[in-house]
Amino acid sequence: MSERIKTGDGGIILTNAEDLMNWARLSSLWPMGFGLACCAIEMMATYAANYDLERFGIMPRPSPRQSDVMIVAGTVTFKMADRIRRLYEQMPEPRYVISMGSCSNCGGPYWEHGYHVVKGVDRIIPVDVYVPGCPPRPEALIGGFMKLQEKIRGKQEAVPELFLEMEAADQKAVLS
Amino acid sequence: MTFQEITDIVTGQFAALAIQPDTKNPQPALIVPAGEIAAVCRFLYEDERLYFDYLACITAIDNGTAADTMELIYNLTSIPYGVDLTLKTIFPRNTASGTLPSVPTVSHIWRTADWHEREAYDLMGITFEGHPDLRRILLPEDWEGHPLRKDYDAQERYHGIYVRYQDGPALEPSDDPDRA
Repeated sequence: MSERIKTGDGGIILTNAEDLMNWARLSSLWPMGFGLACCAIEMMATYAANYDLERFGIMPRPSPRQSDVMIVAGTVTFKMADRIRRLYEQMPEPRYVISMGSCSNCGGPYWEHGYHVVKGVDRIIPVDVYVPGCPPRPEALIGGFMKLQEKIRGKQEAVPELFLEMEAADQKAVLS
Repeated sequence: MTFQEITDIVTGQFAALAIQPDTKNPQPALIVPAGEIAAVCRFLYEDERLYFDYLACITAIDNGTAADTMELIYNLTSIPYGVDLTLKTIFPRNTASGTLPSVPTVSHIWRTADWHEREAYDLMGITFEGHPDLRRILLPEDWEGHPLRKDYDAQERYHGIYVRYQDGPALEPSDDPDRA
């Protein structure tokens, strides 16, 4: 260790702010800690020591206000649908949704006779990544996170509309 | 104590009622008129020879529109005597005026019956006279209909979401191509 004294030489990375932001975002995806049905058991196994999601910087948060990604792990009933929509709206942007398992993808085994099941969580909130399986293996959920990271890596976040309006107002003030 | 002995005690007490023993199936049952279920249960609960102090389950059955009947099945256990008894009551699916059928509650005898009767009301649409709190127990409060009835048709939408799979998403897809 003593031989590796930090001198400030080298160690420079040239990048742009957008890539840096995307890299930061995709390296610390914090999911909201909640589960709906049997898929949640598999999700918990993915968080736990054997599969260890935290090595990707993924750690569950106790509040939607602190979360970046919502894992819809399980059967979405109509009674739960309103709550899921509210939790999604409570998350700060940019926010992502992973739909985990057949039930939340499309209703799964309840697609025909399940009067109480929403036939796919994408009917109530926008979904970024669908993970197939009933329930998906922990590897599949990790695969879903990898897909989401890929998606964020290529993303150009839009400038907030409010900011554009302010800029336009400034321009107008300068011209007049 | 055998089923025959229990039948003799009950029919002796309620000689005026048409209480029928049904021994066709492996589990014998007493068929009680729907309106008298609470009185019979009170007797079974209090009589010193029986002491049916535990209600294990209340099951509701819809026999369909052809038979036009429904059934309620009460599984009782006498813990001191170690005896089980099944009570059955059969009644029309709807009353003459088209409203839901009504059966006297037994929730004042066994507290267990409170939630079992709410479940029967929620899914089968059987109302219980004298129930202290007859609300839906599983489905949301504003749900329409009683889903386990044979003639049930799911409502088209619930809070703007289509209920049936083939109706597709009810919401407009997002403008953002990433989120569509």
